[in-house]
Amino acid sequence: MSQTTIKTHFREIEGRSPLYLALLGGLLVLVGLGLLAAFMKGTYGHHITGMNNQVVWGLPHIFAILLIVAASGALNAASFASVFGRVVYKPLARVSALLAMTLLIGGLVILVLDLGRPDRLIVAMTHYNFKSIFAWNIFLYTGFLAIVAVYLWFMMEKRMNRYVPVAGYAAFLWRLILTTGTGSIFGFLVAREAYDAAILAPLFIAMSFSLGMAVFILVTLASFLGTGRPLGDLVLRRMKNLLGIFVAGVLYFVLVYHLTNLYATRLHGIEAFVLLHGGIYTFLFWFVQILIGSLIPLLLLFHPVWSQSRKVIAAASGLVLVGGFAQLYVIVVGGQAYPLELFPGYDMSSAFFDGVVAGYTPSLVEWMLGIGGTGFAFLLFAIALKFLRFLPTSLADDKVDPHAAGVSTATRPATAGA
Amino acid sequence: MSNESSAKLSRRQFITGAAAAVAGLTVAPGVFLLKPADAASPNSDKPRWGLLIDTSKCADGCTACVRACHEENGVRSLGRPKTDAQWIRKVNLTDQASGHEHSLPVMCQHCEHPPCVDVCPTKASFIRPDGIVLVDKHTCIGCRYCMMACPYKARSFIHEPLTDQKPHAPRGKGTVESCTLCVHKVDRGDGTTACAEACNRDGHGAMVFGDLNDPDSEISQRLKQYGSTAIRADLRLNPGVRYQGI
Ligand code: SF4
Ligand code: SF4
Ligand code: SF4
Repeated sequence: MSQTTIKTHFREIEGRSPLYLALLGGLLVLVGLGLLAAFMKGTYGHHITGMNNQVVWGLPHIFAILLIVAASGALNAASFASVFGRVVYKPLARVSALLAMTLLIGGLVILVLDLGRPDRLIVAMTHYNFKSIFAWNIFLYTGFLAIVAVYLWFMMEKRMNRYVPVAGYAAFLWRLILTTGTGSIFGFLVAREAYDAAILAPLFIAMSFSLGMAVFILVTLASFLGTGRPLGDLVLRRMKNLLGIFVAGVLYFVLVYHLTNLYATRLHGIEAFVLLHGGIYTFLFWFVQILIGSLIPLLLLFHPVWSQSRKVIAAASGLVLVGGFAQLYVIVVGGQAYPLELFPGYDMSSAFFDGVVAGYTPSLVEWMLGIGGTGFAFLLFAIALKFLRFLPTSLADDKVDPHAAGVSTATRPATAGA
Repeated sequence: MSNESSAKLSRRQFITGAAAAVAGLTVAPGVFLLKPADAASPNSDKPRWGLLIDTSKCADGCTACVRACHEENGVRSLGRPKTDAQWIRKVNLTDQASGHEHSLPVMCQHCEHPPCVDVCPTKASFIRPDGIVLVDKHTCIGCRYCMMACPYKARSFIHEPLTDQKPHAPRGKGTVESCTLCVHKVDRGDGTTACAEACNRDGHGAMVFGDLNDPDSEISQRLKQYGSTAIRADLRLNPGVRYQGI
């Protein structure tokens, strides 16, 4: 399936403006903070973090999962262009693939640096337990990077253009499997009531669509604005509508998750914990995830007047990310903080925090590591824009939609948009 | 050139393909956790080591087993309860219906189908043919996925540098550890564990160590006569540590 469209021109960004250099400088500082955090952890051990023997995965994992899930979703634009034949997104396909790769790398860097023994990375790459979803994920992640790299190459190398749809399909399929794998890391932990649910896989897929779209909208706005390239309303309006649909999709899965849990009596404890009396987790769920991160963005994105404004669209995207962060916090930390039930029907206590909600306060080191990895993802992205032709010179409305001018795609002269 | 129909077709083909792949992924890992968990099969010629804990004999407030274990294996508190390692802990239970109180030790249950081993990406968590579940400290990368997966909260992560270890119980910063069923004692033929020894020494006799596969062993005899409970039996992990009186 090949789509003929008006020719889009891509050009590297100049990368000499004070704004760009300031951006690079800022990102480098963030990366430096992350490295410092990793160094401190390596030297003193994990006791300088808030993580403990009850909450073993904390803030770094939330950052990492957010980036990994968003990476898969950042591929949305490319997928819609190559897989679903949406020509509007075609000019954005390259940036979308690039962002997908850099976000994933950022997330993986955080995960690796948070290992108790990051120095044993080579062990992780040479000893595989094929029963472990974690080991599968190592292949899913590296496979994703490889497929998207090939996909990008096909897009950027004229002679390979005709294989773009094939690579697009492969990448799309792979990203679904990848997010399923990420969700399954939790979905198959039978030990913990919050996790033992197959619905976590589709929930993570839905989250990847919405979080990835939100990041992509923000990055698109920033890079066009920052480089002074025209960005029409057409593509932006489509993206914000899609974001709204994805946010609603996540809400739907969240609803199904909690309703099915409420149906099972044995899960009433964890449900009451998250929904009613879990303190910070209940607050994050209702106030941040649902209200700030879902309902308000939905209102902003679909309001007939407000949604015309780019600032509003950007704000909504930002809120979706804040909501996603809260959602992952509730899933990852909340799921561990809720005590394991070893003896149903008994109240339990011990010197090892049995039967009580585990305490966890993220430390500065964890924030530094998470922010450092995020900074690294965007640093790679910003540098890549300078050296290769990822960014279209214009996304003005008549340049993205061949139908806007009423001319058929096939007859449109190839030089249009130059 | 119109691509509408071909786009639709491909989309449908594509979605079915994706669904199949996704289904394969989501079902497969579960299968491993649902392997038939037979009870220990007596009469097998291989030993399967286990512990039987009689909670009616386990004294409230006694922590002899905990102290003995940590002494035997060089586990020391660093004064930070949340990150200190605990190989064995005393758990106090109060029956919500009757108010009846129990106290009992919980350690790694040496599951026959250990989730910690299933999830460990590097095979650092492994189960020996005699049923003892261990962590290879040389291949553990400190991902803590096994801790997420263990239903008994049996494992500890070492959060900071350690000094002063016992040669038979290697430990290390950034790796995960748990009760080894005193594998060094088992392998040299002591026929007991430090916790069970201490419990006997203090006159409680609440812990029996032995071979679950040997029908003549004390542990098998007692299991046969009185039956036992596995913690979280619903998960069908067939733990090697069994309880009486709960
Ligand atoms: S109790 Fe936990 S650590 Fe021990 S074998 Fe079972 S799952 Fe593994
Ligand atoms: S922490 Fe070590 S033993 Fe546990 S799953 Fe990870 S690598 Fe395996
Ligand atoms: S069997 Fe050994 S290692 Fe395990 S709890 Fe008892 S004393 Fe500790």
